[in-house]
Amino acid sequence: MIRVLLPQHLRTLAKVKDEVQIEVDGPATQRSVLDAIEARYPMLRGTMRDQTTQERRPFVRFFACEEDLSYGSPDDPLPEAVAKGTELFLVVGAIAGG
Amino acid sequence: MSKVRVLVGTKKGAFVLESDAKRNNWDISGPHFAGWEMYHVKGSPVDPNRIYASQTSGWFGQLVQRSSDGGKSWEPVGNKFAYDGVPGTHMWYDGTPHPWEFKRVWHLEPSLTDPDTVYAGVEDAALFRSTDGGQNWSELAGLRNHGTGSQWQPGAGGMGLHTILLDPLDPRRIFIAISAAGAFRTDDAGASWRPINRGLRSQYIPDPDAEVGHCVHRIAMHGSRPDVLFMQKHWDVMRTDDAGESWREVSGNLPTDFGFVIDVHAHEPETVYVVPIKSDSEHFPPEGKLRVYRSKTGGNEWEPLTKGLPQSDCYVNVLRDAMAVDSLDSCGVYFGTTGGQVYASPDAGDSWAPIVRDLPAVLSVEVQTLQ
Repeated sequence: MIRVLLPQHLRTLAKVKDEVQIEVDGPATQRSVLDAIEARYPMLRGTMRDQTTQERRPFVRFFACEEDLSYGSPDDPLPEAVAKGTELFLVVGAIAGG
Repeated sequence: MSKVRVLVGTKKGAFVLESDAKRNNWDISGPHFAGWEMYHVKGSPVDPNRIYASQTSGWFGQLVQRSSDGGKSWEPVGNKFAYDGVPGTHMWYDGTPHPWEFKRVWHLEPSLTDPDTVYAGVEDAALFRSTDGGQNWSELAGLRNHGTGSQWQPGAGGMGLHTILLDPLDPRRIFIAISAAGAFRTDDAGASWRPINRGLRSQYIPDPDAEVGHCVHRIAMHGSRPDVLFMQKHWDVMRTDDAGESWREVSGNLPTDFGFVIDVHAHEPETVYVVPIKSDSEHFPPEGKLRVYRSKTGGNEWEPLTKGLPQSDCYVNVLRDAMAVDSLDSCGVYFGTTGGQVYASPDAGDSWAPIVRDLPAVLSVEVQTLQ
């Protein structure tokens, strides 16, 4: 079980109040986590990554275990603590704009 | 009894304002989609309970929302806007080729006959259509690919397709406008397109009479006479009587012919409204006086409408999609400002009062006249 905390606007959009818990097929990676999130919450498609290129949106970041994982490959394994559900996978909207 | 519903898109959410036909007392609901930029909210002419909304964010991209109960509840529908084929390039600000990149939906135009068909004007400029209530979107690629697309260049606000006019008498004819490419027309339901900019003159481009490159801000039509169009260009108020084959200037005695909005009275096809803005660098009303100008002669002769509007120290702007008219017997005119006011006139512009004063900056205003 992987625990994901979405930013407030995406929690509102998905109609969830807190972290979401998902299972992934195979290794826990950015891609498998986002695939599982988008499968359960189709309204989030396109909000974190481009629907065609699959590239992360520029003002979205992925944090876990006090590290910024945003620049890693989407297929890199996530930290074990995230895969085990002891640490959150954080989807973060950049602090910018008004 | 008739009533009106005003759909307001703002920088931080959407609002629905409703009143009976007197248009004195308003119920206000919202913000819907709080914190999101709501570029445009518009209802279907054939099913007023069906409303589409463009919800966008620099962080989280584009969504399209749909309501089937007049804006009380909403559901997200499809948001995949993929250009047809290899998108190619348009011209960047510095004149170099730049790849077409989808950024947002500026304008949603529901079909005149089918509530499930809706058009989307997007940035970078292209026209999309959905025939399943917004679930799936397909580009009408004949517009971008008709031949001049590689020469299109963005205006300061981006290269948005912001105006979509559906001809009520000829379902195969559509007019669109793009900043800063110009106006275009199809006569075969979107398969093929051509520029309709003859007569426009723009001093800010190398060839003032160029086929494309004109910064058209808005075009308006009266449904009874779709060959007559009125245009607020970056500078100049223009008119065509032959569906865009030729344009002529009708700025006349306006204090400035720069502005964004333009609209036509619901029952008088020769009565036109604009809001003059001081210049393209200052973007506020001349002399700090917010004045709507009305022409009852189809242009050239304009009268200021000031009753109820601030006549000192007013420095708001009125953006291109932020004016609309209702179709009650006494035509109502509405506009929203970047200062968050939405003004209504129940008497065709003779007098005005704010419906609301303190919304976020208003991006768009549409009106539904309900029975």
